[in-house]
Amino acid sequence: MFARLNEGKTFPVLLILTLLMVIWYGAAIKLNTPWQLDIYQRGDITEWTTTQFISDTLNQDRPVLPSAHQVFTEMWNTIVGKSITSKRSLVFHAWITLSATLLGFAIGTGLGILIAVGIIHNRAMDRSLMPWIVASQTIPILAVAPMIIVVLNAIGLSGLLPKALISTYLSFFPIVVGMVKGFRSPEQIQLDLMHTYSAGPMQTFFKLRWPSSVPYLFTSMKVAIAIALVGAIVGELPTGAVAGLGARLLSGSYYGQTVQIWSALFTAAALAAVLVMLVGLAEKLVIKRMGMAT
Amino acid sequence: MNIAIVIGALIFWIAAWSVNEWLVRREIKNVTLNNLTGIAVPVIFGITLLIIWEGITRGFNVPTVLLPPPSMIGTRLVASVPTLWADFQQTFLKAVLIGYALGCGSGFLVAILIDRSPFLQRGLLPLGNFVSALPIVGVAPIMVMWFGFDWHSKAAVVIIMTFFPMLVNTVSGLTASKAMERDLMRTYAANYWQTLFKLRLPAAAPFIFNALKINSTLALIGAIVAEFFGTPTVGMGFRISTEVGRMNVDMVWAEIAVAAVAGSVFYGLIALIERGVTFWHPSVRGGRT
Repeated sequence: MFARLNEGKTFPVLLILTLLMVIWYGAAIKLNTPWQLDIYQRGDITEWTTTQFISDTLNQDRPVLPSAHQVFTEMWNTIVGKSITSKRSLVFHAWITLSATLLGFAIGTGLGILIAVGIIHNRAMDRSLMPWIVASQTIPILAVAPMIIVVLNAIGLSGLLPKALISTYLSFFPIVVGMVKGFRSPEQIQLDLMHTYSAGPMQTFFKLRWPSSVPYLFTSMKVAIAIALVGAIVGELPTGAVAGLGARLLSGSYYGQTVQIWSALFTAAALAAVLVMLVGLAEKLVIKRMGMAT
Repeated sequence: MNIAIVIGALIFWIAAWSVNEWLVRREIKNVTLNNLTGIAVPVIFGITLLIIWEGITRGFNVPTVLLPPPSMIGTRLVASVPTLWADFQQTFLKAVLIGYALGCGSGFLVAILIDRSPFLQRGLLPLGNFVSALPIVGVAPIMVMWFGFDWHSKAAVVIIMTFFPMLVNTVSGLTASKAMERDLMRTYAANYWQTLFKLRLPAAAPFIFNALKINSTLALIGAIVAEFFGTPTVGMGFRISTEVGRMNVDMVWAEIAVAAVAGSVFYGLIALIERGVTFWHPSVRGGRT
C-alpha cells in the first residue's frame, strides 16, 4: 500500500504540502509571539495557558505572518461573501486584473506571431531584430511599467489599455522567440517536399510551417500568460491603488493589512495557475484534433 | 511641427535598411569579416531606432513629458551620474547581487540535497514548476514589512524569485547524464560524490547556466519592483517612482537606461562564463549560443 503511494506523484506532493503547512503555522506562532506578549503585558494579563497563547497568536488582527486559516477565511469572505460589484470583493479586483491580462496577452500573442513571421521571411529583419529581442529580455522591462501608466494617464488614456500594454510588452517576447523556433522547426527534407509540390511561400507557410509551429506556440503561450499577469499586477501599483489585485497589495502594505496582502497574493497565484492550466487544456485539445498527440 | 527632421529620419531609416539588406545578402568568406557584419547589422538597426525616435519626437514636437528624445536622456544621464551611481549601488550592488547569490546558491544546494531522494524530487518538482509560474513579485510588500525599508527586504524578494528556477533547472540538469555514462562511472568504482562532481554536475551545467541567465533578469526586476513598496530615499525603483510623480521623465529614462545596461552586462557576463565552462556543449562548439 505504502509502496504504491510512494510511486505516484500525488502522495509526495501532498506530504510536502502538509509539511509546508506545519512550517507555516510554526513560523506564524514564532513571528507573532513578541506582539502577543506585548498585548498581554498591556492588558495586564499575567497568566495564560499555552493553548490559549497559541490560538491568540494565530488569530491576531494584524499579524506579522497571518496563519493559513486566517488567509483562507479572508479569501472566502471576500470572494464568496461579498457581492461581485462591491469594491471589497476580491472577484471584482481579480476581474480587473484578469481583463487587462487577457487583453494584453491577446495583443502580445498576435504581435509576437506577426513579428516571428516577418523574421523568418526576411533575412535583414532576422539579423537586425533578433539580437535586440534577445537583449531586450535581459532588460528589466517591468521598471518601465509605472512610467507607461502615468504617461498614458497624462494624455487621457486610463483604465484597461495602459495595463494591457504592459502585459503585451512582457508577453510578446516569449511568443516571438518560441514562434521563430517553431516556424523553423520543419526539417529541410519536408521543405524540399513542399518544393517538389511546387508550393508557393504562402502554401508552405500555411500547410507546413504553421501546423508544425503549434506545439511551440502553446509552450510559449504558457510562459506568456503567466508573465502577462505579473505585468498587469505591477501595472496597477502606480495608479494610486484604485482597483485590481496589485492595488490590493499596495493598499494592504500601506495600512499594514497583512491578511489582505496574503489573500490577494493567493488569489493572484490561483489565477496564474488557472490561466496556465487553461492554456494547457487548449493545447491538449488542439494537439489531439491535429493528430499530433503522442 | 518640423517636417524636415521627420523626413530626414525616414531617409536615414531607408538608407540603413538598404545597407542592412546589402550586408546580409553578401557571401563573405573571411570569418572575422563575417562576424563583424553579424555585429554591424544589429548595431545599425539600433542606431536607426534611436534616430527615428529622435526625429519623431523633435519633428512632431512630442511633449517631453510623454517621450523625451534620446539626446535629452543622454545629457540627463551624463549630468546626474552621482545620483545614478548611488541608486545603482543601492539596488544592484547590494540587493540584486546579494539576493542573487543567496537565492541561486540555496536553490542549487537544495537540489543537491533532494537529489538522493526520488521521493522528495517527485514531491518538490511539480511544486517548484508551479511556483515558477506564480507572480512572486507579489511577496514584495510582505518582505518590506518583515525586513524593513533597506536593501535587506529587496534581497529577500530576489532570493525567493531566484530560488525556484534554480531548483527546478538543477534537478532536471542532474538527470541529464545518460545511463551509459553513469554505468561507466560505476565500472570505475566511483562513489556518489565522485559521480556527482566528475559526471553529473558538468552534464548539468547547461541547465544550471540557463537558470542563472533567467535569474539575472528576474533578480533585477524583483529588486526594482520591491522598491515601489517602500525604500530609503535612494535606489533605482525609488527614483523611477518619485521622478514619474514629478514628471521628470528624462530622469526616469536615464534610470531605465542604466537598468538596461546593468541587466545586459550581467546577462552577458554569465553567458561568457557559460561559454568557458560548457565549452564541450554542441551549442557552444557550433559557434552559436
